[in-house]
This record gives sequence, structure tokens and C-alpha cells, in this order.
Amino acid sequence: MSAVSDDARPLLAVNSIEVIYDHVILVLKGVSLRVPEGGIVALLGANGAGKSTTLKSISGLLRTERGNVTKGTIEFRGQPIHRKDPAEVVKRGIVQVMEGRHVFEHLTVEENLLTGGYTRKNGHSARADLELVYGYFPRLAERRQVRAGYVSGGEQQMVAIGRALMARPRLMLLDEPSMGLAPILVQEIFEIVSRMNREAGVAVLLAEQNATMALRFAQYGYVMENGRIVLDGDARTIGENEDIKEFYLGLSGVGQRKSYRDVKHYRRRKRWLS
Amino acid sequence: MVEWQFTLLLLSNGLLIGLMYSLIALGFVLVYKATDAINFAQGEFVMIAGFVVAVALGAYGAPLWLAVPLGLAAMVAFGFGLERVMLRRLIGRPIIAVVMATIGLAAILRGVGPLTWGAETKPLVLPISDEPFILGPLFVPPIQLLGASVSIVFLGVFGWFFLKSRKGIAMRAIADSQQVAMAMGINVERYFALAWAMTGVVSALGGVIWGSMLGVDVHLSLVGFKVFPVVILGGLDSIPGAILGGLIVGVVENVAAGYVDPYVGGGTKDFAPYVLMILALMIRPYGIFGKRIIERV
Ligand SMILES: Nc1ncnc2c1ncn2[C@@H]1O[C@H](COP(=O)(O)OP(=O)(O)OP(=O)(O)O)[C@@H](O)[C@H]1O
Ligand SMILES: [Mg+2]
Repeated sequence: MSAVSDDARPLLAVNSIEVIYDHVILVLKGVSLRVPEGGIVALLGANGAGKSTTLKSISGLLRTERGNVTKGTIEFRGQPIHRKDPAEVVKRGIVQVMEGRHVFEHLTVEENLLTGGYTRKNGHSARADLELVYGYFPRLAERRQVRAGYVSGGEQQMVAIGRALMARPRLMLLDEPSMGLAPILVQEIFEIVSRMNREAGVAVLLAEQNATMALRFAQYGYVMENGRIVLDGDARTIGENEDIKEFYLGLSGVGQRKSYRDVKHYRRRKRWLS
Repeated sequence: MVEWQFTLLLLSNGLLIGLMYSLIALGFVLVYKATDAINFAQGEFVMIAGFVVAVALGAYGAPLWLAVPLGLAAMVAFGFGLERVMLRRLIGRPIIAVVMATIGLAAILRGVGPLTWGAETKPLVLPISDEPFILGPLFVPPIQLLGASVSIVFLGVFGWFFLKSRKGIAMRAIADSQQVAMAMGINVERYFALAWAMTGVVSALGGVIWGSMLGVDVHLSLVGFKVFPVVILGGLDSIPGAILGGLIVGVVENVAAGYVDPYVGGGTKDFAPYVLMILALMIRPYGIFGKRIIERV
């Protein structure tokens, strides 16, 4: 599967981008990667490597966090997109599923899904899209009227992915879908994602710390460290590389950090008058 | 008059007036719900709307069917414009920035209104009679009935809008998380503008009704002070809360005034709701229907 790097015109091409937060904090130092039409590509690396920053540069969400692409270009189907706002990027066919299972907690599961289709206008039926999503995630069909804040963590991740699918993207950016979930659920979700990829032809750029799992589903992988891509190659090659296993993939103690991050996330919700 | 009749009268009056508070509070809630901004100029919006309609009717002799839509259009434009010029720049800043900005705006509007249209009290006459309907033991002024009906209709319309319509769902999504809404490709700024425009509509209606009851001058903006107890009681982001909060404030201030004013010589109306508000803050800080934060630990 060397289709990835040699493709004449890949679906997505990130060309040596540099990203700076708050005008001073240099986080990405020349990152390049490619995602072919219909492919699944893993983006691996430890905490703080710059995976989320890379995905946000692509989706345009970077600017909501005072970040900027200061060098390099990002091209989607041959068009530059690194100066577009998120709404425009979604319209063109890229949608990001953010790290940490961000559902709209006060909306029902179904309302959450509906918001995913808001950039699609002409002659589309939200009903048909919903049925498609429920087809992939039967569990969500059962819980459609429940507030998303009250469904389980795994179901929230399904809502987030299903909602993104409602936009009928060509490329989905998945940021650590495995975070804080039991291995069995991670397995289930990854299987659904790869079904989506096969059946609906959605390409996937998957940022993960859980490298073993990610490489099982991806065809190609990039390894990031400290704002740079330090290695890339065929998923199997990367998975079998002993050095990589040890240095980049076998990081333990990550589990604790993850659950801590989760707690922090929920605590950070806005509260007024308190 | 017998005691129970008096009480009943205070209650019914309180409920009707309360619904009219709910309408104005709705303006506040719409903006808070969608944009997280706390609008301290809600009363001034109502005052400006009152001015526009009263001047159109009085100075220009416009017919009512023209003056009221004019007021609506003016306030929608005002809401849109305000969002564009001022509030959009404050997105993402600490909440205190928006609070201070709207307090400043309120002061400016209180100055600009009378400056532009004259400080004297203008009548805003609606073609309805002053004679109260007598329903059994109750006396109901027609303007109160009209005001309460308009309030119920618009509370219903906006309630439906938020709950069921496509745009309403988007607004609630934005209220939950602006960043995630953006990630879904929702144009957040457009919805902010829509929320301010909707507040313009509500303010215009409030301006007509309250203006016709009180006359239009700078004091009309004081109805804005009723908004705070109403929304704190009901919950800042809840439309049912605005209704219930309005009813409670209306009843409490009427009953308190009816029984206490004769002994203290008046003024109870103005502070009774605030006593209630402070109690509410101490006991139930998110209001009766306010959004509770869903927290997982
Ligand atoms: N909004 C921001 N402002 C300033 N610095 C930031 C911001 N977001 C991220 N960073 C910094 O950029 C670096 C890369 O962060 P990023 O979130 O992209 O890493 P990551 O690979 O996704 O890590 P994780 O596995 O923990 O999610 C980190 O050092 C982080 O502190
Ligand atoms: Mg990350």
C-alpha cells in the first residue's frame, strides 16, 4: 500500500506547515503529510507532540484558539484551505471530530446528529442521513431522545462521529477517539469507522496515542514528536519497528493521564454565578 | 371591597403584569441563551422602541399599522447593527467585558433617546378602551389583557423556535459549545446576529405595550430593572423560566404593594422582587428552570 506517498494528487496534502499560538508559541515546525482518497492514515505521537494542532490547522479551528498557520500550505482536492474558516472547510468536505467527545450535552442525541448536517443545503434529506447514521450506530437509534450529556462515554463518542458523518464528508479528522474508553468499545468504534470508510468512502486522518489499535486499522502512519514528523511509512512497517514500539508507541502511564484529562474537561464547563 | 376580592384582584393584576415582564425578560434570555452575553440594556431597548413608535404616531401622524411594524423593523436593524459593530468584537472576551459594554450602552441610550426625540413624556395611544372589563369580582384593564396575550403568543412562538426549529437547534448547540458548533460548520456569528435581532422584536413589542401604559420617556427604561429578578428566578437561559419568573415577580410585587404600601407610603413594588431575587440566589442559583451543568467525575 504505497499508494499514499506517490499519489499524484492526494485528497489532502499538508505541506511543511508551521503553527504559532498567541503569536509567540511555536508548536508545529514544518509538518507535512498526505491522505489519499478513501484512505485511513494514522497520526501518532505522545502527549503534546502536536497531533491535535495538526488536525485543527486542517479544519480551521486553530483560529478559535488563537493559533495561526504562519508557513506552508494545506490543500484539499488541490485547493488551498489554510485560510478558510471552519464553516467553509466543512462545506468543502472535511469535518473534525474533536478530542474529548464533545457532544452538545443539553441537546438530545438526535438533535446532536442534526447539527452535523447544517452545512448541507440543497435537496438533501436529514431523515435519510439520520437513518444512515443509525445504521452504523444502532445504539444511538435507541437513545435518540435522550440528552447527550446523559449517555455513556462510548455513546458520546458515537454521537460525535455520527454527527460528523451527517455532513457527508470526504475526509474525517478523528482526534483520539479511544480516549478514556474501554478497549472493547474502542474496538467497536474503530470497526464502525473502518466500515464507514469502506462503504461511504470517507477518508480518515486518525490522531491517536493508542498506536497499536490505530495501526491495525490504518494503511499508513506518521509519527510526530515535538512538532515534527519524525517517521512515516506503511502501517505494518511502523507497527513492527522495535525502536518505534519502544520510543513512541509503548508509552505507558498514559492511561492515568487520560482519565485525569477527562475529569478536567467536564469540570471546565461554564458555570454562571458560582 | 371584601378582603378576598381585594386579594384576587391583586393576584390577577399581578399575573397579567407578570406576563408582560416575561416578554421583556424573553429578550434578555434569547441573547443570553445564544450568545452568553448579559444584556444590561434590555430596558433601554424597550425605551428606544417606545420612542420610535410614539414619535411615528405622534409627530408624524403615522397610522398604527405602520408605526408598529416600523418600530419592529427599527429594533431588528438596531439589534443586527449592534451585534456587528460592538458585540462581535467582544466574542471570546471575559464576560465582564460584555457586561460593562452593555451597561455603557444603556447609559448612552438613556441619553440619546431623549436627546433625539425630546425629553417630555409622549403618549403612545392604542385604539383600545380604558374601561376595565369586569369579570365577576375582577377588573381587567384592556391594555393588560392585550399585553398578556401578546406575551403569551410570542413566548410560545420563541419557545417553539428554540425547541423544534432547525435554527433553534443550532442556537442551542451554540449555547452548549461555540467551538464544537463551529467544528460542525455552523456559522456562529450569523446566529448571534439573529439572536440580537430577535431581542429587537421582543423589545419593540414591549415598547409598544409598556409605552402605552406608562407613556414614553426615559423612565420607560426602568422596566428593564424587572428583568433581573425575573431571569434569576426563572433561570437565565430558560423560556419557561422567563414565564414563571415573570408571573412570580408580577404577583409578588402586586400583593406586597397592596398590603404593605398603605403602611409605608409606597415603593414596595420596586424592591420586593429584589428581595425575592436575592433569596433565590442564595437557595437556587441556577433558577427554577436554569440549565444545570452536566458534570461527570
Ligand atoms: N491554544 C494553545 N495555546 C498555546 N499552546 C498550545 C495550545 N494548544 C496546544 N498548545 C501546545 O502545543 C503543543 C502541542 O499540543 P497538541 O494538543 O497539538 O498535542 P497533542 O499531540 O494533541 O497532545 P495530546 O496527546 O495530549 O492531545 C503542546 O505543547 C501544547 O501545550
Ligand atoms: Mg491532542
